[in-house]
Amino acid sequence: MGLALLVVIWLITLIGSYFIIAKTWWLPVGASAAAAGIDHHFTTTYILMGTVFIAAQLALGWFAWKYRDRGAGSKAAEYSHGNTKLEVVWTILTIILFVGLNLASKSIWASERFDAAKPGAVQVEVTGMQFAWYFRYAGPDGKFGATKPELEDASLGGAGALGLDTVDPASKDDVITGVMVVPVNREVEVILRSHDVIHSFFVPAMRFKQDAVPGLAIHMHFTPIQTGEFELACAELCGLGHYKMHGIVKVVSDEEFSQWLAAREAEKQ
Amino acid sequence: MVSHDAHAHAAPQGFIRKWVFSLDHKVIGLQYFFLALAAVLTGMFLSLLMRIHLVWPNASLPFFGEIKPETYLSLLTMHGTIMVFFVLTTAPQGGFGNYFLPIQIGAPDMAFPVLNMLSFWTTFLGFLVLIAAFFVTGGAPLHGWTGYAPLSALPSAGPGEGLGADLWIISIAIFCIGALMGALNFITTTLDMRAKGMTLMRMPLTCWAWFITAILGLLAFGVLLSAGILLLMDRNLGTSFFVPLGTVNGVLTGHKGGSPLLWQHLFWFFGHPEVYIAILPAMGLCSQLLSVFSRKPIFGYKAMVYAILSIGFLGFMVWGHHMFMSGMSPYSAFAFSIMTMGIGVPSAIKTFNWLGTLWRGKIRFSSPMLFAIGFVSLFVVGGISGPFLAQPVLDIYLHETYFVIAHFHLIMGVASIFGIFAATYYWFPKMFGRMMNEPLAKAHFWLTFIGAYAIFMPMHYYGMAAGLRRYSQGTEVAWINALAPVQKFISIAAFVTIASQLIFVINLFWSMKKGEKAADNPWEATTLEWITATPPPHDNFGGVTPVVHNGPYEYSVPGTSKDFVMQTDAAVEAKH
Repeated sequence: MGLALLVVIWLITLIGSYFIIAKTWWLPVGASAAAAGIDHHFTTTYILMGTVFIAAQLALGWFAWKYRDRGAGSKAAEYSHGNTKLEVVWTILTIILFVGLNLASKSIWASERFDAAKPGAVQVEVTGMQFAWYFRYAGPDGKFGATKPELEDASLGGAGALGLDTVDPASKDDVITGVMVVPVNREVEVILRSHDVIHSFFVPAMRFKQDAVPGLAIHMHFTPIQTGEFELACAELCGLGHYKMHGIVKVVSDEEFSQWLAAREAEKQ
Repeated sequence: MVSHDAHAHAAPQGFIRKWVFSLDHKVIGLQYFFLALAAVLTGMFLSLLMRIHLVWPNASLPFFGEIKPETYLSLLTMHGTIMVFFVLTTAPQGGFGNYFLPIQIGAPDMAFPVLNMLSFWTTFLGFLVLIAAFFVTGGAPLHGWTGYAPLSALPSAGPGEGLGADLWIISIAIFCIGALMGALNFITTTLDMRAKGMTLMRMPLTCWAWFITAILGLLAFGVLLSAGILLLMDRNLGTSFFVPLGTVNGVLTGHKGGSPLLWQHLFWFFGHPEVYIAILPAMGLCSQLLSVFSRKPIFGYKAMVYAILSIGFLGFMVWGHHMFMSGMSPYSAFAFSIMTMGIGVPSAIKTFNWLGTLWRGKIRFSSPMLFAIGFVSLFVVGGISGPFLAQPVLDIYLHETYFVIAHFHLIMGVASIFGIFAATYYWFPKMFGRMMNEPLAKAHFWLTFIGAYAIFMPMHYYGMAAGLRRYSQGTEVAWINALAPVQKFISIAAFVTIASQLIFVINLFWSMKKGEKAADNPWEATTLEWITATPPPHDNFGGVTPVVHNGPYEYSVPGTSKDFVMQTDAAVEAKH
């Protein structure tokens, strides 16, 4: 039975680790400025935690086999209540490992969340509602027009869905779309809002996720560094259509972005 | 010390007083055990339906028809709620804790037998109310076991958010009241009812675990109860604790000024300690079993006690790690993450000490021991994925993916369930006077151990590839659709593992009637439940009050004839 435990535990460890090392199922290729740092920290954590995982499982399997009861007359178990020195050593090592690992990631977290978006970032307001995402650009005046909950009507789509107050002059040049278009290599400031329940804006390729909470306007930022279309999806349970609340972030060159935005403005006239 | 006579009550004669409204902690323990068994079979059945739906969304099932997306969400809500409250909280603490805490500390009963009876029947009522949610108009709620507001606060937010959601909240509130009564009883019993010589530092680690779990319960369930009442008021009395100004489908909700994050803070202030409420008794029990079946004293008894204490203490300071992406201050997030990495330290100490206990032991592979070793293995995997999620930088990506599902199922679900299985195989002889069938038990272990890994290991990979949880179908989002083969593998593994639980159920009921008669101390263990008759008499020790001279883990003491020294034997402590 000890041998069976050793074989099974070791096999599970081997197979389990294989798929991680082979990266059979893995993060999509990073497409934002922060991705490299985050992915690097993933690797560091995998190496450290993987070592602990493999060492503990190997020891468990090994001890189960090595210290099995070999029948009457075999050597008795060792009468020992522990070893204080050993306990102190591994406690300190664990503290250093766990807390050190966390501190090592502090600068990435700080640049992602402590620091606000830099001036000149492209502002996009992202609004979640059961079960769609809307994206709004402030237009040439750089100001988002007022929205009012009592004006919201999802069946109208676009401005109506957001409850845009057309009386407000700032709302005149606001552009509202169903696809998020952003320029490459420029910081994007996302302003997250929700009408009804909590949603979460998740773009795996950008290593970006943030809840959209009704009643709050949450400011976040990321910098796409690669052009292309990247899928986004809702990552907070929001009701029966949660699984189909997805969309596209389209990253284009700065030039294309300006053209696209101008064309949307022109359509409004 | 409270006088024991004050608690002694004559053995009841009639069926109702003996088996239904019993004051005997042993009968109440069994009642909790069978309630948890009914709950776990229900919860497991729901997960079976979920796994079928995930892989064959259009399959038409007998009695259920086709499972719709909203039905899937109801299933996951009820699965989580049933498992967390009525299995993982009920079986280890209410069931085994009730039965064995008084016996292991040498007491004739719990401190408050009537309160004990009330806490069981309250819990039972809570379960009925929860199950009733399935049968009302709109069905069971779809807001997940975490019940995030405003989804859980607005009847218009989805099917199931009407009466079903009210019943869900009422059920949890009732459960909280039962759990609070139970916690008071456990704490008082541990502090006041210990036999002569049973100092705190001579208590088995199981008793330490039940004691600290009760303290966690006392502090956590009160908060959940309050939060539940506030949510009920938001839903029915027009208050706005958790709901800000907003609309559902373009219709104003009539609320304003509430904070959705307030619910999350209150919920997780309960929710995180709850994880330890589920796992601590399993930790205590597996420590016990590793010592018993390695025929060796537990490695570092004091360190184990301090680890339980620090887990209990730190457990209240880490709730914010569930909220890194919620809009909470990123500075708080960082503080919570440091505390969370800190709580990994006592957990790691326990793992080291379990390995240290096996080291140079003389291991007997009886079924309880197999489950205890399985527990350590699963605890390590679940423990290793924790530090990924505890770091906000990595949680940006992993939050709400299957990586989280894999993590908490392995550590809080499967590891705790392994504790419950180990406890059942270990204490069954004492509870029912018969042994469970060992070959069946071993078959159950291997199928469950390998099955659990086959189900939950791939969920890590699914999460690493950004597979999102609470998606009734993965077909809409391209990157999730690409992961369909992984889901299929998990479902097949789940079907096999669920089916193999029948071996346990059959063994359990068959052995009650037909199992081999058990000796008073079949495992040659040292703690007080093994000095008394099998099953124990009404007052536990047949009119005798045990006097304790030894610690709980005196195995293979040099110079003794047997390889174990009972806690009531002459003292050996001077020898080491």
